Amino acid sequence: MPLHLKRLLLTGVVIVSLFLLLKHALTPDSFGQYGHYRGNSMGEIAALPIHFTGNKSCESCHDTIVTMKNEGYHSDLACEGCHGAGYLHIKNPKTEKLIKPNSREFCGKCHSINPARPEKAITQQNIKDHHPEDKCVKCHNPHQP
Amino acid sequence: MTEKKTSLSRRNFLRNAGVTAGTLVATSTLPSFNAVLFAAVKRNTKGPWYGIAIDIEKCIGCGTCAKTCKIENNVPQEPFFFRSWVEQYTIRKDGSLKVESPNGGIDGFTQSVPADQIEKTFFVPKMCNHCAKSPCVQVCPVGATYETEEGIVLVDEKYCIGCKYCIQACPYGCRYFHPDKHVADKCTLCFHRIKKGLNPACMDNCPTKARISGDLNDPESAISKFIRTKNVYVLKPHLNTGSKLYYNALNQEVR
Repeated sequence: MPLHLKRLLLTGVVIVSLFLLLKHALTPDSFGQYGHYRGNSMGEIAALPIHFTGNKSCESCHDTIVTMKNEGYHSDLACEGCHGAGYLHIKNPKTEKLIKPNSREFCGKCHSINPARPEKAITQQNIKDHHPEDKCVKCHNPHQP
Repeated sequence: MTEKKTSLSRRNFLRNAGVTAGTLVATSTLPSFNAVLFAAVKRNTKGPWYGIAIDIEKCIGCGTCAKTCKIENNVPQEPFFFRSWVEQYTIRKDGSLKVESPNGGIDGFTQSVPADQIEKTFFVPKMCNHCAKSPCVQVCPVGATYETEEGIVLVDEKYCIGCKYCIQACPYGCRYFHPDKHVADKCTLCFHRIKKGLNPACMDNCPTKARISGDLNDPESAISKFIRTKNVYVLKPHLNTGSKLYYNALNQEVR
């Protein structure tokens, strides 16, 4: 074999082995475990912390008010739907307080008149005309409306 | 020179035209995607196969799903980034269509079209369709986005190079570019909650229980019953994405 072909072959071998070495070093361990992706990423996403803890966790302290809610029209509502995520509050109930939204606009997000809202599904009120000077919660207890 | 002549010859032109026409005829006979037929087949033999169902007749457009999603998944609060949002469709009496989604519906909807001009109006909550033949997964050049065996489409944020190709590929607009992480981000069907035995945050907090998710493999699950008993439809079935987000009472105007 002529010298120049030997050199070419050697260069080729070096390039290919360098490529294989780099590929081995740069491919993450779990890549290809289940498919063309990093298998470990599933576990990483699954390990993320939750923020909304659910009605059960509210019940353990606020059982009276949860029972009251469950007996009224708002029985299907999740506590955290209005009060916000409870993950900090359940760890430090004294310092981390949840929100108590009581503005007319907040109630209006569900109850203001909108032709797109199915009439049977929800009670609707014209929030501009219906006692505009008062807050809704003055007359309606949100836990037993 | 002779080569160029050959490639433009009548023989080649006729052959290429024949191949093109034949391919078009052959592909036109392929069965089109049908959501319910697709749901009927068991796709994962080892475990659950997740799907989503949204009942438009129950949605009151309060935006709680969009709000809770942002909190649960640390989605930036600016009104351009959503994993889940609500749109209001309004068909006017003059035949025109208005679609609006102010801040994704988080602050609620105010009626923007005068009542006497409205022919029909309804809310459409939107989120990732968790397609079984996801266009977004197919285009990823590095394997940073994938479908799990349970049928959930996820993004590996450590592996994503931020090329945004998947954001363009999604026909439903369900992905956004995370402004701080500089990677593509999307709904995970609250993978971190599902794996802990909980429901996705948007579904737990929906006041009218208009949205559910569950195992399509289980004939007794709420979602399987939903598909069996309602007239369900998926978005853009002609794109053959294998969408697993089933809407009840979806109008054809919705895109």
